[in-house]
Amino acid sequence: MDWIGQYNYYVVFFLMMTGFYVVVAHGNLVKKIVGLNIFQTSVFLLYISMGKVKDGTAPILLEGEAIYSNPLPHVLILTAIVVSVATTALGLALVVRIKEAYGTVEEDEIREQEEDA
Amino acid sequence: MNDDIVLTVIGKLLIPFILLFALYVQFHGDFGPGGGFQAGVLFAAGIILYALTNGTDAAMRLVPPKLLAPLAALGVLIYGGVGVATMLRGGHFLNYSVLAHDAVHGQHYGILLIELGVGVTVAAVMLLIFFAFMSREG
Amino acid sequence: MLLTFLVMTAIAVVRVQSLFAVVILSGIYSLTTAGIFIILDAVDVAFTEAAVAAGVSTMLMLGTLALTGHKQAPPKHAPVLPLTVVILTGIVLLWGTADMPRFGDPEAPVHRHVAPRYIEDSPTEIGVPNMVTSVLASYRGFDTLGETIVVFTAGVGVIALLGIGRRRRGPARNANRGDDRRSGNEHE
Repeated sequence: MDWIGQYNYYVVFFLMMTGFYVVVAHGNLVKKIVGLNIFQTSVFLLYISMGKVKDGTAPILLEGEAIYSNPLPHVLILTAIVVSVATTALGLALVVRIKEAYGTVEEDEIREQEEDA
Repeated sequence: MNDDIVLTVIGKLLIPFILLFALYVQFHGDFGPGGGFQAGVLFAAGIILYALTNGTDAAMRLVPPKLLAPLAALGVLIYGGVGVATMLRGGHFLNYSVLAHDAVHGQHYGILLIELGVGVTVAAVMLLIFFAFMSREG
Repeated sequence: MLLTFLVMTAIAVVRVQSLFAVVILSGIYSLTTAGIFIILDAVDVAFTEAAVAAGVSTMLMLGTLALTGHKQAPPKHAPVLPLTVVILTGIVLLWGTADMPRFGDPEAPVHRHVAPRYIEDSPTEIGVPNMVTSVLASYRGFDTLGETIVVFTAGVGVIALLGIGRRRRGPARNANRGDDRRSGNEHE
C-alpha cells in the first residue's frame, strides 16, 4: 500500500472529523452550521480526488487524443454544492427565528429555558 | 461621506460587467466551464452588490420581490415544460432528440432551454433569500 | 501545499472565539477548496464552489450574525465524550483507506463502468464540447430537475420562515411565551 499517495484521503478524513467535532461539541448554533459546511466540503473533496486520473486534463473536448479526468463525480458534486447552500440558507433562517423566540442562540441556555418553563 | 462616494463609483463601474459576465457564462456553458447554476449565482451577486452600495430599498425597487417569486417558479416550469414537450412529440420524458429534425440539434436545443430554466430559478431564489434576510430587523 | 493550509484553517475554526472571524475563516476555507478543485482538473466544480460557497454562503452567515450577535458563550464543561467519539470514528475511517485504490490510478473501479461510455459517446451523440454539461443536462437530466426543485423549495422555505417586506420584530417577548406555555399545559 502506498502511504504518501493517499495523503489526500488522510486530509479529507481529518477535515470530516473536525467538522463533526464542531457540530457535536460547540454550543452556538451558528458555529454548528459552519461546522456542517466544513463537513460537506470535505466530502466533495473526497469525491473529486477519486475522479482524478494521472496525467489527465479537464473534461472539455480538445483536438486530437487526450486523457480526460472522469466527468461523472464532477456532475454529482455540482448538484451536492447547490443542495448544501440550500440547506445552509434554511438552517440560518431557522436560527434567526430561534433567536427571536428564545432570545439566545446558545444550545445550553435554550435547554434551560425549555426545562424551567 | 468619502466612503459612500468610493463605493458608489466602484459599484457603477463593476455591476454592468458582472451582469454581462453572468449572461456570457449562461450561454457559453457548452464550450467552457459554466452553465445555469454559476450564471444564476453571478447574476444574483451583481444585484446584491447594488443592494450593498445603494441600500436594500433601492434594490427592492429595482427588482421587486413580487416579480421574483413567479420568476423562480417560471424556471422550474420551463424545465418541466421541455420534458412535457418532448413527450408530446413522441419521445420519452426529457429525451431531447425528438425536438428538432436531427438528434444532435435536438440535444443542443434541449440543453440550451433547460440551462436557461435553471439559471432563472437559481438567480431568483438567491435574490429572494437575500431580501428575506435583509427584511428582518434585529 | 494547499491541503495543509486547509487543515490549518479548519483547526482555526475550532479554536477561535469570535464568530465574525469564524465566518470569514469559513469563506477562506471554501475559496482554498476551489483552488484545490482546479488542481484536480474539476473546473466547473471549482467555479460553482467559489461562487456559491465562498460568496452566497458567507454573505448569508454575515447577515445572520447581524441579527444574532458576534459573541459565543465559553464552553461550560470539558468535551471528553465528543472527542472520544470523534477519534474513534477517525480511526475507523483511516483503517478504511487501506482498501482504497491509489490516487490517480487510471484502472480504478470508478473509471470502469459508465464513465468511458460517456466520454466516448458524448461528442457523437450530443456534440457539446463540455462533457460535464452534456452529462449534467442530457445523460443525468432527471437529477438536475430534482436539484432545481430543491433550490426552489429552499426559497419557498426561507420566505415562509422569514417573509419579505419591511417589518419590525424585537427580541423574545416573554408575555407571549407565557401564554404559549399555559395553552400547552391545558392540552395535557
